[in-house]
Amino acid sequence: MTGLFSDRFAAHAELGGTPAAAGPDERYAIDVRGLTKRFGRKTAVNGVDIAVPEGEVWGFLGPNGSGKTTTIRMLCGLLTPDAGEGTCLGLDIRSHAEEIKRETGYMTQKFSFWEDLSIRENLDFVAHVYDLPGRRKLIDATLDKLGLAHRQHQLAGELSGGWKQRLALAACTLHSPKLLLLDEPTAGVDPKARREFWNEIHTLSGEGITVLVSTHYMDEAERCDRIVFISVGNIVARGTVPEIIAQSGLITYTVEGEGARALAPQLKGLPGIASVAFFGAALHVSGYDRALIEAALAPYYGDPRLVIRETATNLEDVFIQLQQADNGGNA
Amino acid sequence: MNGRRFTLHRVLAMLGKEFIQMRRDRLTLGMLIGIPLMQLFIFGYAINMVPRHLATVVSISDPGPFADSIVAALANSSYFDVVKATGSPAEARRMLAEGTASFAVEIPVNFSRDLVRGARPALLVEADATDPAAGSYALAAIPNLATAALRDDLKGPLAARGAAAPSFSVAVHSLYNPEINTQYNIVPGLLGIILTMTMVMSTSIVLTRERERGTYENLLAMPTRPVEIMVGKIIPNIFVGAFQCALILTVARFVFHVPMIGSLALLAATATLFITALLAVGYTISTVAKNQMQAMQMTFFFFLPSIMLSGFIFPFRGMPDWAQWIGEAIPITHFLRIVRGILLKGNGPAEVWPEVWPMVLFMFAAGFVAVRRFRRTLD
Repeated sequence: MTGLFSDRFAAHAELGGTPAAAGPDERYAIDVRGLTKRFGRKTAVNGVDIAVPEGEVWGFLGPNGSGKTTTIRMLCGLLTPDAGEGTCLGLDIRSHAEEIKRETGYMTQKFSFWEDLSIRENLDFVAHVYDLPGRRKLIDATLDKLGLAHRQHQLAGELSGGWKQRLALAACTLHSPKLLLLDEPTAGVDPKARREFWNEIHTLSGEGITVLVSTHYMDEAERCDRIVFISVGNIVARGTVPEIIAQSGLITYTVEGEGARALAPQLKGLPGIASVAFFGAALHVSGYDRALIEAALAPYYGDPRLVIRETATNLEDVFIQLQQADNGGNA
Repeated sequence: MNGRRFTLHRVLAMLGKEFIQMRRDRLTLGMLIGIPLMQLFIFGYAINMVPRHLATVVSISDPGPFADSIVAALANSSYFDVVKATGSPAEARRMLAEGTASFAVEIPVNFSRDLVRGARPALLVEADATDPAAGSYALAAIPNLATAALRDDLKGPLAARGAAAPSFSVAVHSLYNPEINTQYNIVPGLLGIILTMTMVMSTSIVLTRERERGTYENLLAMPTRPVEIMVGKIIPNIFVGAFQCALILTVARFVFHVPMIGSLALLAATATLFITALLAVGYTISTVAKNQMQAMQMTFFFFLPSIMLSGFIFPFRGMPDWAQWIGEAIPITHFLRIVRGILLKGNGPAEVWPEVWPMVLFMFAAGFVAVRRFRRTLD
């Protein structure tokens, strides 16, 4: 496993590289190459390669409008790729979209169950569409598991954000899919509900379901086996969290103490400073060349109020950097 | 796998969902019942009411006992109020133009002399027919009124003139609008109009509503087939249409006393076809429209020729050829003929058939377009 990962990591160290071919014993739930989608003259997704081994939980990260939703929609047959090919669950995404749908659970970014149907009616509709046996019992069991049995006749539209997410997850896993595509499932959900949601995802993963989940949250990204970072339609980084941090080559210093915040505008734009960001009271200053960063920080070393030291680069530093680099158009 | 075929369970799932949603959407449901009733009573009563006491001007170019009798008879009938008696036909015409009078009755020069001679003089009645329904009953009454009025004057040697065929003729000129619709024509016609409006409108938003609420994406992500979604969306509306039909026919029968000579079963069967054809149109609109506003606009676009070119407002045979061709292409034209034929003439299946197959053809064409237009992706 590790060998394969580092192989693939090496392949992707050069951005836009092709995933390593699947080994004979490795099976991929998602295996697509060169996925491209254009809307008019805008290229939303540009030659995306993703290969997710069965049973893993992958995080899909990127700023708003970077192509995450478009990619997920192409994977589950809701959008036809303009270029590229590949399989989901061993089925061709172009010719077998209907079969893929039967084996896939897709949770949309916006709550997309029927708000004018009750919780039970929503589940019943899904079970009926998939022709699941023993519908009544299955839904009773699902409602119990969700803890919604006593509210089953309430309209779905009356649920709070967190409960809506749980209902949506229950509904899109009702037919026991082998692949779960979750598009920003925890946006606008409180931390406790988010934690429970992730526990559920890991439980499902333990049952052998492959999960691809898009998110903006770093802590969620760190719960994934591997992450893929997409920016302006291109995959710009991928791997495990430590791999991505190492791959970035980013060096980070923190500046702490009174007046640290005031330094941000002065440091931004100095040679060798790739990003300056606030983390609480501390300032994270990142760049690729230690000498240049030290040079930039040199005037402040003498300030007794400030504590300046090198720290481990974290995931967010990398993402902010990736995002900025791409916005500058010189990734 | 049964992912590729039409399956009953998915249709049933759609049906269950649609019925529940329809039941919950009280406002729309209320509209679907309220609109027919409102239209029926507004249209029906405006046309059914027999207006009386219509302002009338009499221009008398030949004063005398005959003229006096006719004016008295007009005034005595409740239809006419003689607002002015004048010697000048031009003034009568002017009052008609101004709208101060709805009728002008002209007793021409030498009316008495010609009547006595047996030359059958003409009594000229001019009617402001911009509103044809308003004057039709009053107009119909004039010949009898005048004949009865003069019966008393035609005595002795003149008795023969009154007893035989009318001794004078009444020339009726319906000014401004030569066509006159009658209520029996309108109320059955309303059945077609109301169904066209409500059925197309209610289906034209079914998919756009799912799209706007974001549930469309979910529906597409599930293995539901376009035909299954269409059938699931259309069938509940057939029930609504059937209910509207029953409602309209009940009101037509018991409130407007429209005769119903033919078979109601035949009417129900053809109405179901008509409703399904309309729902197919509405569904096609909903596959094209990007939002509910667009759906409404397109509905109106379909509704307009349905009202104008179907023979509902204007007599079909009076329209120019091109308008008749367009009229023949829309289902309501055929349905109006079917309804009037069944209700008023007692037509059976054989007479109705020539109007049925164009509706069926239209239904399949619209359904085909709808299924082809249905996008199974969000592209």
